[in-house]
Amino acid sequence: MASTLSRRTFLKVSAAGGALVISGYIPGLNDTAEAAGSFEPNVWLKIGADDTVTITLSQLEMGQGVMTSMPMLVAEELDIDWNKIKTEWAPADPKYGNPNFGGAQLTAGSNSVRGMWKLLREAGGTARAMLVTAAAKDWSVAENTCSTEKGEVIHKATGRRARYGSLVDKAAALPVPKDVSLKDPKDFRLLGKTMPRLDIPEKVNGRAVFGIDVKRPNMLIARVVRCPVFGGKVATFNADKAKEVAGVRHVVQISSGIAVVADNYWAASKGAQALDVKWNEGSLANLTSADIMKKYKALAEQPGKVARNDGDAAGAVKGAGRSFERVFELPFLAHACMEPMNCTADVRSDRCDVWVPTQGQTASAAAAVAASGLPAKAVNIHTTYLGGGFGRRGEADFVTDAVETSKATGKPVKVIWTREDDIQHDYYRPVSYVRMWGALDPSGKPVAFMQRLVQQSLMKRLGPLPPNGVDFISVDGSATLPYDIPNIRVEYTETDPGIPYGFWRSVGASVQGFVVEGFIDELATTAGKDPYQFRHDLLSKHPRHRAVLDLVAEKSGWGKPLPAGHARGIAVMEAFGSIVGEVAEVSVTNGAVRVHKVWCAVDTGWVINPDTIKAQMEGGTIYGLTAALKGEITIQNGRVAQHHFNDYPMIRHNEAPEVEVHIVPSTEKPGGIGEPSTAVAAGALANAIFAATGKRIYTLPIRAEQLRG
Amino acid sequence: MISLNVNGKRYDVDVSPDMPLLWVIRDAIGLTGTKFGCGLSQCGACTVHLDGEPVRSCVTPVSSVGARKVTTIEGLSPDSTHALQTAWVAEQVPQCGYCQSGQLMSAAALLAKKPKPSDADIDAAMSGNICRCGTYQRIRRAIHRAAGV
Repeated sequence: MASTLSRRTFLKVSAAGGALVISGYIPGLNDTAEAAGSFEPNVWLKIGADDTVTITLSQLEMGQGVMTSMPMLVAEELDIDWNKIKTEWAPADPKYGNPNFGGAQLTAGSNSVRGMWKLLREAGGTARAMLVTAAAKDWSVAENTCSTEKGEVIHKATGRRARYGSLVDKAAALPVPKDVSLKDPKDFRLLGKTMPRLDIPEKVNGRAVFGIDVKRPNMLIARVVRCPVFGGKVATFNADKAKEVAGVRHVVQISSGIAVVADNYWAASKGAQALDVKWNEGSLANLTSADIMKKYKALAEQPGKVARNDGDAAGAVKGAGRSFERVFELPFLAHACMEPMNCTADVRSDRCDVWVPTQGQTASAAAAVAASGLPAKAVNIHTTYLGGGFGRRGEADFVTDAVETSKATGKPVKVIWTREDDIQHDYYRPVSYVRMWGALDPSGKPVAFMQRLVQQSLMKRLGPLPPNGVDFISVDGSATLPYDIPNIRVEYTETDPGIPYGFWRSVGASVQGFVVEGFIDELATTAGKDPYQFRHDLLSKHPRHRAVLDLVAEKSGWGKPLPAGHARGIAVMEAFGSIVGEVAEVSVTNGAVRVHKVWCAVDTGWVINPDTIKAQMEGGTIYGLTAALKGEITIQNGRVAQHHFNDYPMIRHNEAPEVEVHIVPSTEKPGGIGEPSTAVAAGALANAIFAATGKRIYTLPIRAEQLRG
Repeated sequence: MISLNVNGKRYDVDVSPDMPLLWVIRDAIGLTGTKFGCGLSQCGACTVHLDGEPVRSCVTPVSSVGARKVTTIEGLSPDSTHALQTAWVAEQVPQCGYCQSGQLMSAAALLAKKPKPSDADIDAAMSGNICRCGTYQRIRRAIHRAAGV
């Protein structure tokens, strides 16, 4: 099926320096912002007279492959020579906004392809149509007798060819077509084929520039000493000893603490250690994780706001022969990007330049405006590669650090966080307390599914909760339960103990993938059913889920014999517009879990770059398994008890299973790929551990002592 | 003044003798391919070679380097054609890429000692290098590919 540009789509065209520049302006995407006259989602492509095609990237590269997938979308419709592609990072500017974020520039929520694919294909298709018109006019032939391939317009009947570069002036003089057909997926030349990632060559020789690698003339390096207690402030400080350290140039107070500014990181670090600070620890100084969970448990005694209510779940639980309640507890989690948070700022009297590995240009710009006191037009955000993001770099606290420090010292400053800063001053995946109730009829069919979730509200980080009080991000996976169960009730209770929290890869689904799929598995085994077959039977109304489930079961050899001591677990869920099913094969020896292999099936709609999808499924799974097996941030006396990779450990080479990925062919619109496998991995893992040991997992991380005996 | 041989070039640097080699390489010499990940030799992002031996440069005081030859990712090959670098591209290993300099330097030291490493050899040599993107299976494949296995 070919789609056409909406009538409300306008494209602005200009010839600039011998180049055809097309910017897509689609006012229909956000009526509210349009009414305010400020929403201009926009994508640029530039074709040079030398045939070079420059594509501006607003979505940022943190390993998820957007630097390649975004240009592929343009190139498919434009029919260009892939080898002639160049990319440029967009500045912070509303005209590059992602429609899925109301026009903000944000790389998050697995929304790069989902938000941008239509814009980018239309930008490419419109440019192609104009190049064809230009050539057809030149040749006095009908446009529909011309075709395009690898950056040329071709008139087959006469054998004439024209390079795009030779047509730019003529094309730029043409009116923009109102209706441009997008390709039928069966005609795709690029989309669906594995293209080598454009960023990889410079990631194997040290040349890729991350934020931490930014160099500016006369730049100083700073480390910030922060109050270990959340909400604490500087009471007094004495900088004398810090200033005695060779290379330390400034010691300044900023809103997050005391910045020690030096010629290099080592001097800043020694200065920070020599600094004498007294803290006013504030109201959270006695808070512990146990206090938080106790409060959550009490809240879970009362009904929450209703996110979904099919039938009468409470009545069905009471009336059923077999019903049970389970309580799940999940911890705070840190993101732990490999590149510690950092930002470089150069604040002058009339301008502020910021170099930052960020997921959000818009948020970074806003933070720089606030911290510099300069108008928005004086602030310039320069982005780099991100050494991991996972949601952490959607925040802008590191921008505030750098801009305040540069402003206070009058110098260009790069602030580099320590690993301890990173672990102890994150915006954590929220801790969660979840009560679950289920019921089976005498035949073993589930008749009730009920959830009551107590959690900080992720939506509140973006804006107010809707009038019904339900955070739909937090119930992503339970309110959207696909299983055919007649009585379903999902409740949500918001609370906030004051610990900073935010978006952690797969967000609400990171909790629900484990809770929902673990609970469904227990319903299956309690009913005496095979966990795969039980799910399969409940998915008659969701054929895509069922196909994913069937494929992962088949590929993993579900039901076939395994080596002694090995067992499999299965889970499936939809998140971020994609459906992912996983089977984990594990063994458990004296409580120690070994994950031997994970099979993954994914339906993510029509495919852009298949190997990138595989890579994201692989990596997302490792991220999810790491959290389930090892991840826990605990609060003691208002501060984080963990410090480094020794007490906030990661899966390493010797523990990492192979993840075998299978992509379900699909013509549905594209889903997200960065996050869904993270959400589902813990469910498959916990269910495999049950199959191996007979022990259900209700608390993460999974501990050896839970599994012994 | 401390003299260092880095990637075959001599550098005379005026730094504190306790400064870790990592920061000398990055801040004094200006080679930024070697990464800071933890500062405590827990993650391997800062791995470089001293006379071919992999070390965590974040905990190696510059004064302890002496005459040993320092090799960083920039010196692994002049034109990105080390067998591991081509294998890394062929297997499309990196995601964010931040840890990959360290991964490559650990892998290069492994292959120099064991041209055909087993999976157990890879586990032993590589488990000090964390990859938060979870590229471990591709790294393993790429090492085997570079080894011609």
